[in-house]
Amino acid sequence: MRWTSLNMVHELARQDERIVFLGSDLGPGTLDAMKAELPERFFMEGVAEANLIGMAAGLALEGFIPYVNTIATFLTRRAFDQIVVDACLHNAPIRLIGNGGGLVYAPLGPTHQAIEDIAILRALPNMTIVAPCDADEMRRLMPLTVDHPGPIYIRLAKGHDPVVSDPNVPFAIGRGLTRRHGDDALVVTTGITLGLALEAADQLSKDGIEIEILHLPTVKPLDVEALLAVMRRVPRVVTVEEHTIIGGLGSAVAEVIAEEGIACRLVRLGIPDVFAERYGSQRALLDDFGISVQGIIEAVASGRQA
Amino acid sequence: MTPLDERSRQLRRDIVRTLAAGGRGHLGAALSLVEILRVLYDDVLRVDPLRPDWPERDRFLLSKGHGCLALYVLLAEKGFFDRGELERFCHVDGLLGGHPEVCVPGIEASTGSLGHGLSIGLGFALAARLRSESWRTFVVLGDGESNEGSVWEAAMAAGKHGVDALTVLIDDNKLQSYGPTAEVQSMEPVAEKWRAFGFAPTEVDGHDVEALRSTFAELPFERGRPSAIVCHTVKGKGIARCEHEPTWHHKSRLAPTVIDELLEELG
Repeated sequence: MRWTSLNMVHELARQDERIVFLGSDLGPGTLDAMKAELPERFFMEGVAEANLIGMAAGLALEGFIPYVNTIATFLTRRAFDQIVVDACLHNAPIRLIGNGGGLVYAPLGPTHQAIEDIAILRALPNMTIVAPCDADEMRRLMPLTVDHPGPIYIRLAKGHDPVVSDPNVPFAIGRGLTRRHGDDALVVTTGITLGLALEAADQLSKDGIEIEILHLPTVKPLDVEALLAVMRRVPRVVTVEEHTIIGGLGSAVAEVIAEEGIACRLVRLGIPDVFAERYGSQRALLDDFGISVQGIIEAVASGRQA
Repeated sequence: MTPLDERSRQLRRDIVRTLAAGGRGHLGAALSLVEILRVLYDDVLRVDPLRPDWPERDRFLLSKGHGCLALYVLLAEKGFFDRGELERFCHVDGLLGGHPEVCVPGIEASTGSLGHGLSIGLGFALAARLRSESWRTFVVLGDGESNEGSVWEAAMAAGKHGVDALTVLIDDNKLQSYGPTAEVQSMEPVAEKWRAFGFAPTEVDGHDVEALRSTFAELPFERGRPSAIVCHTVKGKGIARCEHEPTWHHKSRLAPTVIDELLEELG
């Protein structure tokens, strides 16, 4: 997914001279092809994220469209004031590409785990947040980012994630994608959790439980209409995110349920209010936190028993 | 001590009146800036008040956004917006607030959170270079602002990129909010720091109009390097009770009699 995203920056930059790439001391070889072909629009800067965002804002205010890439924690935490003031306050068309959203960097520990990136960015006016589920969805997203107004945060998954997106479902920023119909529960996903939900749906179906799956690659702006259309007819909503349950997808859905007075139970699957205390793999930590096929099955089934 | 001419006193009277209209403002931080901004807008910057978005204009960023009173009076005088806006400073329906915003004609970026302007200015300078355009970028920083790490991230990158169309001016007024920079957080040796980060630095009396003019005339100081001008200034310059006095960094609710006294002192 990351290489799809970055290679598409190069591809899009070939067609549009407003596009520039800025990285913060990324791995050797990153976008070598762009560097060779468009050296003047390839900036590999030092380990200095605040300056990276400010520089990108300056370029954006002058009509360029900067795509900025580094590890999600550093991109969002280290440069937060620059994201607020330089990017969002100016509504500057900066595209922030964050490596390793969620628990991708499980073995590297909590300093590298972007568990709250969506929450902190969701609070910022003008910000758009997109977390594609796989490389194919990323490929559909990237061309749409060029002329989208204002700043965009693009949350990357681990890479080589199973392709679960459906090319026949039209992709648009801000639109929820319905992937399965059912009346027993609504499962809302973002990022790679779509794959988990699809697998859970197959298993639940064998037991006669049919779930609706609404995939929200765009967490902000939230597709409230798509949510409401389903939430009004199901007894239970389960949100699934590789993110703290505070302030992310689950919170956004909870706000809609509460404000619209919808009579349904909500279960938020995500990282509880803790830092990870173990290493291992992304999948192991996801399982620990119940962000899993089994976790979804239990969240849906417990609703039926209630 | 550099004597202030009538124009410098007039600009300061406008600053005091604007502060009085808004009921608040960063006075000391504006008074140290007056000659720097006056020379920039009178003699250096290629700008057109009637076309604030003119693509070939020079870009100016007041990174120490809290000094905006000095900038507003100059922009008003040059005709970027109606002078009447000064009387509505910080009013609920006014154009001008306590920190510069891009919605104001002549303001290139919203500043106020310290340590942002130089990175944005670097982006501007790189944009000009990418488009082979000849306009220049000027960024004014405070000496207290220079405590921010992001200033030095930007300096490091500007030095690397060698953008000689970028000039940073440091309003080195020796005071920050709490007290003397020498006590709170000294940045000395200032010019040497900028040199070490890849800039071509010089130092000037920031209240000496002629010295400022001749310094600007020398830009860029070195081909292939951004320039840094350390402007030695006095916080609160021009009003005895404000000079070197940290309690005049920001003032609110000054009594009309005090405003009159300040104006009287400025002739």
